[in-house]
This record gives sequence, C-alpha cells and structure tokens, in this order.
Amino acid sequence: MSHDHKQTFITKYIFSQDHKMIAKQYLITGIIMAVIGGFMSMLFRLQLAYPEQKFSIIEAFLGKDGMTPDMYMGLVTIHGTIMVFFVLTAGLSGTFSNLLIPLQIGARDMASGFLNMISYWLFFLSSLLMVISIFVHTGMASAGWTIYPPLSALPQAMSGSGLGMDLWLVSMAIFIAASLLGSLNYIVTILNLRTKGMKMSRLPLTIWAFLITAIIGVVSFPVLLSAALLLIFDRSFGTSFYLSDIFIQGEVLHYQGGSPILFEHLFWFLGHPEVYIILIPALGITSEVISTNSRKPIFGYRAMIGSIIAIAFLSTIVWGHHMFVSGMNPFLGSVFTFTTLLIAIPSAVKAFNYITTLWKGNLQFNPGMLFSIGMVSVFISGGLTGLILGDSALDINVHDTMFVVAHFHLVMGISALLGMFAGVYHWFPKMYGRMMNKNLGYLHFWLTVITAYGVFFPMHFTGLAGLPRRYFNNAAFPLFDDLLHINVVITWFAIAGGIAQLIFLANFFFSIFKGKRAVKNPWRANTLEWTAPVEHFHGNWYGDIPEVHRWPYDYSKVDENGEFWGGQDFTPQTEPIREGEEEF
Amino acid sequence: MKALFFILIFVGIAVAFWQIVKLLGLLKGNQVATEKENNINGWLMLGLMVILYLIMSVSLYKCRWVLLPKLSASLEGEHIDTLFMLTMGLILIIQFILQFVIFYFSFKYRGKDKNYKARFFADSHKLEMFWTIVPTVVLTALIIYGIWTWNMVTDVTNKDQNPIYIELYAKQFQWEARYAGTDNILGDANVRNIKGMNTMGVDMTDKNAADDKTVLKEIHLPKGRKIIFQLRSQDVLHSAYMPHFRAQMNCVPGMKTYMGFTPSVTTEEMRKNEDMVKKMKGITEIRKAKSEKLVASGEDALDPYEFDYLLLCNKICGNSHYNMQMKIVVESEADFNTWLASKKTLAQVLK
Repeated sequence: MSHDHKQTFITKYIFSQDHKMIAKQYLITGIIMAVIGGFMSMLFRLQLAYPEQKFSIIEAFLGKDGMTPDMYMGLVTIHGTIMVFFVLTAGLSGTFSNLLIPLQIGARDMASGFLNMISYWLFFLSSLLMVISIFVHTGMASAGWTIYPPLSALPQAMSGSGLGMDLWLVSMAIFIAASLLGSLNYIVTILNLRTKGMKMSRLPLTIWAFLITAIIGVVSFPVLLSAALLLIFDRSFGTSFYLSDIFIQGEVLHYQGGSPILFEHLFWFLGHPEVYIILIPALGITSEVISTNSRKPIFGYRAMIGSIIAIAFLSTIVWGHHMFVSGMNPFLGSVFTFTTLLIAIPSAVKAFNYITTLWKGNLQFNPGMLFSIGMVSVFISGGLTGLILGDSALDINVHDTMFVVAHFHLVMGISALLGMFAGVYHWFPKMYGRMMNKNLGYLHFWLTVITAYGVFFPMHFTGLAGLPRRYFNNAAFPLFDDLLHINVVITWFAIAGGIAQLIFLANFFFSIFKGKRAVKNPWRANTLEWTAPVEHFHGNWYGDIPEVHRWPYDYSKVDENGEFWGGQDFTPQTEPIREGEEEF
Repeated sequence: MKALFFILIFVGIAVAFWQIVKLLGLLKGNQVATEKENNINGWLMLGLMVILYLIMSVSLYKCRWVLLPKLSASLEGEHIDTLFMLTMGLILIIQFILQFVIFYFSFKYRGKDKNYKARFFADSHKLEMFWTIVPTVVLTALIIYGIWTWNMVTDVTNKDQNPIYIELYAKQFQWEARYAGTDNILGDANVRNIKGMNTMGVDMTDKNAADDKTVLKEIHLPKGRKIIFQLRSQDVLHSAYMPHFRAQMNCVPGMKTYMGFTPSVTTEEMRKNEDMVKKMKGITEIRKAKSEKLVASGEDALDPYEFDYLLLCNKICGNSHYNMQMKIVVESEADFNTWLASKKTLAQVLK
C-alpha cells in the first residue's frame, strides 16, 4: 500500500486500516470500558462497606430498588468480564500490539490491514453488546465472570441467566473472533515483516511479549469459544453437555449425562492462559520502559525471552489449579500443584532481572518509569501469594474466598493496569504527537499505587478470616461482623483510587489536543519507532524503512576509554556497529 | 437523569484537575523528567516503601483477631496449618526483602546527577544461575511437602479408620444432611426420586436406604472419629466450605464428590480457646454498639455472638448465595450417639 493515497474522514478515523489509528481506537474503547467496569466496582464496594445504607448515587444508577442481591452479582460479573477481556486483553494487548509491532520491527503496517480493521470492529461490536446486556430487563449476566453452568445455563436458577446471559455469550463469541484475527495478524507480521537486520535476537522485549501472547491466544481462545458454543447449545437446544440430574423449582429437568466439570476444564483451559495473555504484554512494556529510563540494558535479555516462553508453555498446563476442590480426581490436583508452582521459577527470574536492571542505573523518573517500577512491586506482592493458592492443600481453605480476589487483583489486575499506564505515558508521544503532562502523571501514579495497595493488601486478611467472595452482605454470619471495619477501609481506598483515575482521564484527553508537542525521540530511546516522524501517515517512514544493526538495549555503552560510544548514552538500533565496538 | 448529574460531577472533577495544574503553571515546559524531579521521586520511592511496610504491618497487627483461629478443628487441618505457616513465613520474608531492594535501588540510583554514568551490565550467567537454582530448590521442597499433605487430606478411602458416612445435600439455598444409619452405608439417591418428604431423592428400593437418617438445620459430629462426607447437589454448583476444619469441596449436580476429616475440637472446647475468646469478645462489642443504634431507632437488638462451627456455601449459586449455611456441632461420641438415636430413620419418616 502506498503511503500517499487519498483518505476521507471515514477511511482515516473510522474504518481505518492504519495500525496506529486502530491502536488508538482500541485504547479509547478500552478506556471507556474501564470507566464502566471501574465505576461498577465503586458501587459494589459501597455495598460491602455500608450494607444497610442507601446511597443516592446507587439509586441514580441502579434504579429505585438500589442494590439487590441480583444486582450485586450482576455488577460483580460484568465488572470481571469487562476488566479481564475488554480492558486488559483488548485494551492493553490490542492497543500496544497494534501500535508497536509494525513500528518496532520496521514494517509499514500489519500483514493485513483489512483483517486488523475487521478485528477492531468485531471487538467494538462485542463491547457494544456487552454494554447493552447490562440494561436488559431481566438483569445482566450474574453467574460470576466464570459463568459456571448449571447456574448460567438455567434461566430458572437466577434471573440474570436469561437474556442477559445470551447476550454475554454472543458478545464473548464475537470478542474471541476479534481476538483471534488480531493474534494471527500479529504472529504473521512479526515473523514475516521484520526489516533488514532485525533478527529475532534483536527484537525488543515488547515484541517478544506480543508474539508469545498472540500464540497463547491462538492456542487457548478457541477452547473458550467451544465452551461458550456448547453452553449456548445447552441453553437453547436442550443438549446435555454440562447438565445432568437437575431438580429445580419443583420439577426434574430432562438433562442427563453431562458434567459441569467439563465446562470448568474448557473454561480454565482458556482462563488460566488468559492471565498471561494479560500479564505478558504488561511485562514486555515494563521491560522496555525500565531499560530506557534506567539508561541501562535490560539485564539478562535472553533469560527474559526464555522465561516468557517458559511461562507461556507452563500457563497452558496449569488450568486445574482453579479446580482443586471442584471434585476432579485428587491425583490431578497433585499434577497441577507441581506444574503451577513451577511457574514461580521463571517469574522469579523476571523479577530479579528487573531489579538488577535498576541496579547502578541512572534512573529517569518519567511517569512511565514510575508505573513500571510500581508494576514490578505489585507483581511481586501479588505473585507471592500464588504460592499458597497454587498449592492444592493450602488452596482448600482459601479457595473462592476474598484471599483469591486480593491475589489476582494484585498480580494480574493492578500490575497489568500499571503496565498499561506505563505504556500509555511512554508511547503517548508516538500515538498523538504530543506529550502527556508529567506533573499530573506523578500525582496519578502516587495516588494509584498507594490506593491499590490500600485496597488489596487488607483484603487478603478478610479472605484468611474465611470470608467467601461474591457475598452480597455478611449480615447472615455474625462470624464475619469484625470484618466490616476492614471493608470500610478498603472501600475508601477504592473510592480514592477511582477518583485518582479522573486525573489520568483529564490528562489523557486534554493532552490529545493541548499537550506539549513531542519531539521525535523524547525519551532518548533506541528502538525503531522513535526514528519514525512525529506526524502520522500510513506507511510510518518517509523513504526507505531503516535497517537494523544491533540489539535495542545499547544504553550507556562505553568504549575502552570509559567514554560513551558516539558521545551519548544511547545508541539507536539503526546505528551500524562502530569500528572496535563489540556487538552484544 | 440523576445519573447524568453524577456523571457531570465526575467530568467536572476531571476538568478541575487539569485547570488547577494549568493555574499553577505546571502544564508548560519540558515534559521529560529533570534531575530535580528524579531527586524528588527518588525520595518518594523511599516514602512509598515506608507506606507499603506500614500498610503491611498495620494489616498484620490489626487483623490478628479477625483471622480464623490458629487452632484447626480437625486433625488433617493441623497439617494444612503447618504448611500454611511455613509458606506464609517464606512469603513474608521474600516480600520484605524484595520490596526493600526495589525501592532502595529506585532511591539510590535516582538520576540526580547529569554526569553519572549508568553501568552497562547486560548479563551475568553466575547471577542468573543463582536465582534460577535457589527458587527451584525451595519450590521443589514446597511441592513435595504440599503434595504429601494433599494426598493425606484428600484420602477418603475406607482403611481401618472406621469412618462415619454423612451425605451433605445442597440446593438453592439450603443444606440438608443424611446419616448412613446402623449399616453405615448410604442408600442410592437420584433427583428423579424426589417426592413429598423424600426431599433428597433417596431410592427407597435400595436396602441400604431404610435406616438412613436425614436432618435439617444442624449436623452433629463426634470428636475423634473420621467423617467422610459424600456431597451432592440438586440444582446448581454449590461448595461445602467448613473453614474451621480446613475443608472444602464442591457439590456438583449429576455426580458425587467426597471429602473427609477427623474433628478434633468440640464446639465447647473451641469456645474456650484463647483466640476464639478474643474474637468472640470483639464481635460481641461490635454487635453491642450496633444494637444500641438499632434499639434507638425502635428495632430489636442483635444477639451477642456465640461461636458455632459453620458450613457455608462458597460457590456462587443464586441470589441468596450469601445466606446459605448450616450449623455444625462437634461433641463427644456419647453425646453424638444420643443425638443421632433421637432422629427418625427415613423408613419411619416416609411411612
């Protein structure tokens, strides 16, 4: 495709095939979904802290019945679905894969711009359906984001399992199609369209992360699609894949021979890799941002790639740790304990490598860097409790309690969110040709990281006290009365954290129009995207695509006299190896 | 309309943030961090470390008495607790060290000096070997210990422990239980047999079923005898969660699942446990304060809290999921036998 073809408003801003525009579309859709999902969490946190109180804000948004148990479970379900799939999968990976893959490997666009466009619009359609499903008369899907049948399969079991569930399933099916088209495109582009000299061993870690993420997506998302299709069959056509021997509301249903455990296996065969589909791009972004802002090479480049691959491989054989108490054979529990705890090894290697990258660096605390350091901190805090949940014997007593909620919010929710923010602050100049305001960025970071810890650290203890998740209120259990004051603290931290995100929103949207104009390479980084002109046009580079001569992490490289090569503390990938210089 | 009003308020707050920063003159100028900002943020990193340690220690300190009692109420639970304390200790040590290193490095190497040269340090096989091998060794030990514990607590085969068989039966939103009776064998059951008083669908043509005894509201367990629970559900997934016994298993419609443990502390003994006394005292005070408010507004006061073992539903099962429970009483075997003898057999009930 030539890069000077005529574009109308519609082909440029709406049905665009330019990867940079598609990235921005993903990001803005993701942000809107995040606002919806995040706001829902504020509402149900209010319910948990003040179960007996009525709030006009709750009544304004949820109607005059206020917070009913059905509404509560609906909010929890849609919050989970939106955050996991629409924000942290599509919003994070969709945005940065699209933006960075062509720019960092030196390609004019994705392998198929058309498929890329279709992928975004399918995602948009699925987002729209998911949002519409919230307003359905019988209530939104409310069986938890894991939608275990028979609860999700039988409209008699709860009112949210009616039309709301149908829309949920259709929305997710479309989402999966969007995700698969995107992933295939990423894989093909990375493998085939690298510029001259861009060997696999010279790819930035972001690209490695996106490649591996796309591969896990292609391997595991189809399984969720089949799980959803079979569930649609059970719901609408009377099959019995997941249902058997059910007596509900005074009658025996005809279903015979199915098993809900089959669904759990199919669901978690995606569900666990999904955690890494979310996390690995955030780790990739963090690697890049930390290295650039430490003015140091990322420590252990090859070990980082190796551990991403190891994590990805292990992630597809650990799904059973979500099912230790599901009734599957206990022997399988041992196997999954073994594979699950192994993941701690590559994760530990990554954490140590990040820390070593900081060591003796010249740290530039741009907002992206702060978020990356926050990400590593939260990743460790959240990851460590995985040692408890991954150990089948210990999981028995904390399974499905608030301990789990605290664990996964820290290790994949907050850490991926911080990674996403790091990416937005770091690549905003590349997306909009302007800079985000750093002072608002600092304020946003400090409030976000402190409130995130304030929400999720105490939450572990409510779980260790035995409090199950997804309880509308705890009044039926005097046993949990002393947890209420902890819930109040958590809720206030959550509300403060929510308001802090308004800082980001203001900064983001104002900066698009009013931000300071960016220079070509504001962070003095090595990767190829910073050699492209600031202004956007389809094709990325005027003239030829630059050639690559070295790996992307030659920061602060010194010659034998102890002076920086070329007189500056970074050497872009396009710089040929100098005489007497050794390539890393 | 009111919702729109709230949305406008949020938008207003967001705009205000931008405008305040604009008024302070902080929008202008270079948007890349300077030495001064590196210095400030470096110190703030140290501050974040203090705040994080503060959140951790306050949580640890304040939450001591809300946790489950350290005393496990079952023999099997004691092994889980040992493993738990070991893992938790390890986690806390690693957490304190690693967080310190992250924030201390962030502080120490803050780019406060323009002429400071970062060190080109890209690789070290020795270091990497070290921090691959150490976690591997530690995890191997944890895995072996974990799997050993798991195999022990999930063992529900009938060896020579002379277990008592009890069926827990879940439905929206209630628990029922069935004792196996004198033959200690539970009769067959299927939801297709549900009729009238036979709410659990027990197959009365099975000769083992006649002496089974069904109970509602509370179950009693004898101290020191192995109990094997058979779990069933009639409608959706439920989960039988007994936190004090460190026991949990899902109830799956269409199949039977099993779990087992040996109760080791009676309800009376648990009420006298030191941790439990403190917990009960705390909860009673909270309830007293709440009661004063309730009485002032003309409602009934809450009962003071007295400890009981509970069976909770811990798998989302519908709109009353948050109130699906059953009381468990652990008592001496003699008391248990008296209690059980007072219950009618299924054959008598259905006659």
